[in-house]
Amino acid sequence: MQALNLIGGAATGMGPEDTLIVSDLSVAYGRRVVLRKVSAEIGRGQVVGVVGPNGGGKSTLLKAVAGIIPRLSGEVTLFGRPIASQRSKVAFMPQREIVDWDFPVTAADVVMMGRYPRTSWLHRTQRYDHEVVDEMLDRVGMLEYRDRQIGSLSGGQQQRIFVARALAQEADVLLLDEPMTGIDASTQEVVMKIIEEQRQQGKIVLLATHDLFAASCACDCLCCVGERAVSFGPTEEMYTEETLTEVFGGPVIILGQQSEPAPAHGYMPGHGVHHEHEHDHTHETPGS
Amino acid sequence: MDTVFDWFADPLRYEFMQRALVEVVLMGAVTGAVGTYVVLRGLSFIGDALSHAIFPGIVVAYLLGRSIFLGAMAFGILTSGAITVVATNRRIKEDSAIGVLFAGMFALGIVLISSSRNFSRDLASFLFGNVLGATMNDIWISAGAGLVVILFLLLFHRELLIVSFDRLAGESMGIKVFWIDLLLLLMISLTIVISLRAVGNILVVAMLVTPAATARLMTDRLPTMILLSSAIGVLSGLIGLFISYHADVAAGGTIVLVATGVFGVVWLFAPEHGLIMSKLIRRQISDSLGEESTVLFESPQILPPRRQA
Repeated sequence: MQALNLIGGAATGMGPEDTLIVSDLSVAYGRRVVLRKVSAEIGRGQVVGVVGPNGGGKSTLLKAVAGIIPRLSGEVTLFGRPIASQRSKVAFMPQREIVDWDFPVTAADVVMMGRYPRTSWLHRTQRYDHEVVDEMLDRVGMLEYRDRQIGSLSGGQQQRIFVARALAQEADVLLLDEPMTGIDASTQEVVMKIIEEQRQQGKIVLLATHDLFAASCACDCLCCVGERAVSFGPTEEMYTEETLTEVFGGPVIILGQQSEPAPAHGYMPGHGVHHEHEHDHTHETPGS
Repeated sequence: MDTVFDWFADPLRYEFMQRALVEVVLMGAVTGAVGTYVVLRGLSFIGDALSHAIFPGIVVAYLLGRSIFLGAMAFGILTSGAITVVATNRRIKEDSAIGVLFAGMFALGIVLISSSRNFSRDLASFLFGNVLGATMNDIWISAGAGLVVILFLLLFHRELLIVSFDRLAGESMGIKVFWIDLLLLLMISLTIVISLRAVGNILVVAMLVTPAATARLMTDRLPTMILLSSAIGVLSGLIGLFISYHADVAAGGTIVLVATGVFGVVWLFAPEHGLIMSKLIRRQISDSLGEESTVLFESPQILPPRRQA
């Protein structure tokens, strides 16, 4: 049983009151173990890109940190307290595809949902909440679409609405699942800008993405999640031609089907790395 | 003018018609409102399952000489719990399990009631409703249950909205989705109980789905949709009741037919989403395209041959 440590996350000088700590986290769906004893420390102001193959556990990692799927083992603490008691400090943005965009709500209605954790049960939304909603819509460049039914928006615009909802939660940790998938360049720019702002405000951002290049631009650290292997490091180290060729080998994907256990700290060249030109077209060649 | 007035006023001379009128108004308003969530969350199958599973509860209560509403409610709670546990998050996969369950429960009801002497008459009134037989007691029960359902929708509207639109985000915000699901199913059960007198066990699902589906065609806003759906439910109930009186046909069936008719009309004529309007809009747009055309690409074959230098 390997215990994989995602080391090097927290910057020096940060105590547990400033960090998101994942220790020995394991998650299984039925008999299939998706995450195996993963540990990480991520400090304020850090942006972590979670990359890896489909079904490798990117979404699972985010959901486990959000506390919405049962953990097999391990624990997640935020600022020194269990994540379950810190719900209002975490904003989770699911993949855009899981939602029915035909739903009869406007863009502003969706962003207002993000205010839910900040408003008490009996108190209706206040003027301040509406101000926050408009401000967040403005920050993603969607203010003029506030009263549009969400189904009439383009994919990129829908993604911005989702980002705005996460922002409206005014959380300390943002968990963004595939915010860069299937969107146009201008939306990607907006998302990148928002992430940069979050970093400067000392927020913690976990960003699951297929887009290695975008991840390398936006993130301080990269976390490659495969079925059996997890590799973690500063972007400069991870995002070099050499490392990526080792990890992804060009248009390559990490699979967890290797028979021997993966080495403790990340990948060994040639192990857990598998060429896959046919199966996964969503993985881009670095730099493309 | 007088004849139209008489058409409505005449039946109301009878007390049983007055009671029936109150009963269908209550039923229409509550089914319409709850139906919005049934439609938006794709719960029509589960609504159908609930109404069938409640049937043996009615029969048992009837055979024991107790209130059929109590019997229905008891089985409604039981089945809501079972469905929430079975179907949480994996609704599609558990379809057959729910199908097996509700068909079996319904069969149990049939077998039980076949032991009664007035078999066919009783069966008909449970299955297809008997709104003209509504008592004051029925009306109070409907009003009370209706109030509970409407209060639930008002108090939990934000939770219902978030869970219906984006379950995962709702869960991550700390909403107890399991309990919201269970409560919603319980409210659907209550609504089915309210509708037993008016349209009966079989046609309840029509009142849960049709007005809401109609309202969805007319608006893109959830609050408007709920109000419209309620209004359509009430309207269908009233018109159906009066038609059934004058034509001397079954009230429950007529009410559902009117609702279906309203859906058909709206489906054809609704602004934006209606069949005819969307055709008109298409024509208008295609007329406004203008004369100029943009050539994106011309195949080399049809280009004129290059002039010799």
